[in-house]
Amino acid sequence: MRALRTPVGAVGATLLGLVLLVAVLAPLILGDRATAVDTDDLLAGPSAEHWFGTDNLGRDLFLRTVVATRLSITLALAATGIAVLAGLLLGSLPWLLGPRLGRPVTALVNILVAFPGLLLVLCLATVFGVGARGAVLAIGFAGAPTFARLCQTLIAGVGSRDYVAAARIAGVGRVRILLRHVLPNIGEPLIVNATIAAGGALLAFAGLSFLGLGVQAPAYDWGRLMQDGLAGIYVHPLAALAPGIAVVIAGLAFNLTGEAIAGALGVTPAVGPRAWSVPVRTAAPEMPAPAEETVLDVRDLAVSFPGPSAPATPVRGVSFSLRAGESVGIVGESGSGKSLTALAIAQLVEEPGHVAGGVTFCGTHLQDGGDHDDLLGTSMAVVFQDPMTSLNPAMRVGPQLAEVSRFHQGLGRREALARAVDRLRAVRLRDPERAAHAYPFELSGGMRQRAMIGMGLMGTPRLIIADEPTTALDVTVQKQVLALLATVRREHGTAILLISHDVSVIGEVCDRVLVMYAGRIVEEVAAADLRDGARHPYTRALVAAVPSMTTPLDEPLATIPGQPVDPAAVPPGCAYAARCPLATDQCLTEEPVLVDGVACWRAGEPLPSELEKEARV
Amino acid sequence: MASATAAAGARPRRGLVPGAGGRWTRFALRRGGRLLVSLFVLVTAAFLMIHLVPGDPVRAALGTTAPTELVEARRAELGLDDPLPVQYLHYLGGLLHGDLGESIQTQLPVGETIAQRLGATVSLGLLAFALALLIAVPLGVAVAVATRRGRRQRTSLGFASGSVVIGSIPDFLIGVILVAVFAVGLGWLPVAGREDGAASYVLPVLALAIGPAAMLARIVRVEMTSVLESDYVRTARAKRLPARRIHLVHALPNAVTATLTLGGMLLASMVAGTVLVENVFAWPGLGSKIVESIVTKDYPVVQGTVLVYGGIVLLVNTLVDLLLALLDPRSTIGEA
Repeated sequence: MRALRTPVGAVGATLLGLVLLVAVLAPLILGDRATAVDTDDLLAGPSAEHWFGTDNLGRDLFLRTVVATRLSITLALAATGIAVLAGLLLGSLPWLLGPRLGRPVTALVNILVAFPGLLLVLCLATVFGVGARGAVLAIGFAGAPTFARLCQTLIAGVGSRDYVAAARIAGVGRVRILLRHVLPNIGEPLIVNATIAAGGALLAFAGLSFLGLGVQAPAYDWGRLMQDGLAGIYVHPLAALAPGIAVVIAGLAFNLTGEAIAGALGVTPAVGPRAWSVPVRTAAPEMPAPAEETVLDVRDLAVSFPGPSAPATPVRGVSFSLRAGESVGIVGESGSGKSLTALAIAQLVEEPGHVAGGVTFCGTHLQDGGDHDDLLGTSMAVVFQDPMTSLNPAMRVGPQLAEVSRFHQGLGRREALARAVDRLRAVRLRDPERAAHAYPFELSGGMRQRAMIGMGLMGTPRLIIADEPTTALDVTVQKQVLALLATVRREHGTAILLISHDVSVIGEVCDRVLVMYAGRIVEEVAAADLRDGARHPYTRALVAAVPSMTTPLDEPLATIPGQPVDPAAVPPGCAYAARCPLATDQCLTEEPVLVDGVACWRAGEPLPSELEKEARV
Repeated sequence: MASATAAAGARPRRGLVPGAGGRWTRFALRRGGRLLVSLFVLVTAAFLMIHLVPGDPVRAALGTTAPTELVEARRAELGLDDPLPVQYLHYLGGLLHGDLGESIQTQLPVGETIAQRLGATVSLGLLAFALALLIAVPLGVAVAVATRRGRRQRTSLGFASGSVVIGSIPDFLIGVILVAVFAVGLGWLPVAGREDGAASYVLPVLALAIGPAAMLARIVRVEMTSVLESDYVRTARAKRLPARRIHLVHALPNAVTATLTLGGMLLASMVAGTVLVENVFAWPGLGSKIVESIVTKDYPVVQGTVLVYGGIVLLVNTLVDLLLALLDPRSTIGEA
């Protein structure tokens, strides 16, 4: 029903309702008048009495067009029903039967689909004889193969997904998988296509009757009326066009409704511009020029998105800097704004997202409106979380690396590819030539993440931003990728900004840790001090949530109670106050600022849990 | 996909390119084999069609008033009195020599009739398909890029509604409208026929191309929009490539799977569309011939025409699949 609230859905549904209403009522009310012969008024043009004129028996063409609605729609729907059911049945057979038995069915569908619908209709009409009943069967069955092929493709697509494979390994039956996992996932394109098919059947019927092979006189549908009208198109074109317009309107009604349904089933509606209002921040304070060795300097970075009522601001004023070769981690729960901070630094936040504040990279202000593509392309590398989806599936790996050098360093295709192979070797990929010629799907997740890092090494990287680079990988592969990042840092003097929710990963690689909560840095601490020297209650809770060798096995693992803050409704005081065991009235009303590495009114005070532990000892 | 990767790993390594090249060749061979099987089934179906007509097809064709001797003679000429397997073998043998049989009505060889008319239909279909692609792909890509992430709502709405409306107009109605406006009304172009060279092509090609172009543009737009949100396009942006390269080299090939699949279907539907459009424009092609033959119950001609149409589409489908496998190697793997 959500579909009907969009403008398209409303128009479509209204049109469809009207068409159906006319289909039901028109023959009852106007049926007799539409067949009334008037020999005094043959082939008349449009007039007040006959809006679309009359035909060669003096019958009113407007009335005939309106009355023909019922027959046209009924026949089209009947044919669509046949097409969808037969198509779904035929299309899911190959999957149900398995590869061996399914192959002949697939082959059959492919052969059937080879016949263009109308051609098949023409053959069947030849065989069954001309007329409405034969035409319904012919159009229905002629539509089935296309539908079967669509279902087959969709089912194959869904069927190869991981969760279906998992269900199959778990021994779930094929019919059950089809009903529970596959069909719900192909519902959207199926509904869209069923609607298009209804519109299509309507047109096919019009076409068939237009050719004189469908509905036969004295019955009449829109196609039949068009055929009658075409003969006299030079006398008065409206006779042919009016039923044609009716076909288009009815077809539109089906299409728009289907479109709206598809839209409602889809994920998120596009955000309207009216929700747009950027929180105006004061100009970034004059900052002293960053020191020579500073690679990255971030000042008062904020990212906001328009929301339904108020804009959400997931990143609210983040400032820090990185020296050459330094490794800094950003840690925080999901939704703390750490990944968005990384994207904003890399200048990859897209509209409608809005970035405020200043980012200075290698001495260049990135928001000065200039073109920094070559600088960023060669000196800043980004490694994303999911190596499975971050490489282009339709391009070989080597060229994907090589294009960095081709576009930013002016290398030729061959030189660039040689460099790519060299970099793949540098990231310890076995058989780098082979990997360069492989498509991403031919590599494992760990290999792809190495390739992503290798991509960052194509230029002379001063900074690698790695956003959860190990989260999607196996534990052993995680270690290797982290070791690789450490090696790159050592060998190239590259600074690393590592974003992770995993405190232990950060502790392993980084010199310094920035802890983010609700879009702000709440603590900045040396990695060595993370476990014992953290002062912010949130940092301590994060650390406590990580089991260590000394964690007592008989106690439940520590968790942080409560929910992260909704970036559209950040409370006035300290954002963490609602979850903090040390929170006071001051915490609820006044937001603490980052002073001396921590943003907390009660930094360093013992937590109740710690007191309890001490008391026990 | 997992099993395919494993299979790829298990194969012996040949040279630098062990992967896609060899796999594509094998896929092409398999696809070629399927084409042959499909053609065989098509031929068999076309052969059987004439036998599915209730009653005596020759009597139906010549009418109830035709003398019995004539019907008998024609039956004998067509070989319809032989046992079915014998007829089938004769039919196959004839096809191998390019013999599609004889018209019941005119007794002219069907092959000759088709050869005379094939060019008119194929040139019409190919021109229309090329025009549809030339309109749809750039338009779909441009709209997807322009309206990405909810930008330019008005363009988005205009394109969506415009393409739906145009895509909903049947090609023969577009033909009728074009005739009414440009031929009857303005007198710029010929009303019908193929005697005026290039000018006579304009309206039929437009009539055939406009609807499919609108539909295809919508699909391209939807596919591009979702591809533009993908992680690998973000990676391409992180590489700071020129926008044109991101859109055309990184995004477009990944949007092409659905586009080509639908494009193949559209081409098939355009082949059928020629039947209607040819009848609007009195175009001397196969489409007007097949309708004429159905009306006059000239079954051998219907049979031969269906065979040619079906053969063309089978060939197109095969080519589309091969192209798809080349552009999107995962689709090859899916069938392995």
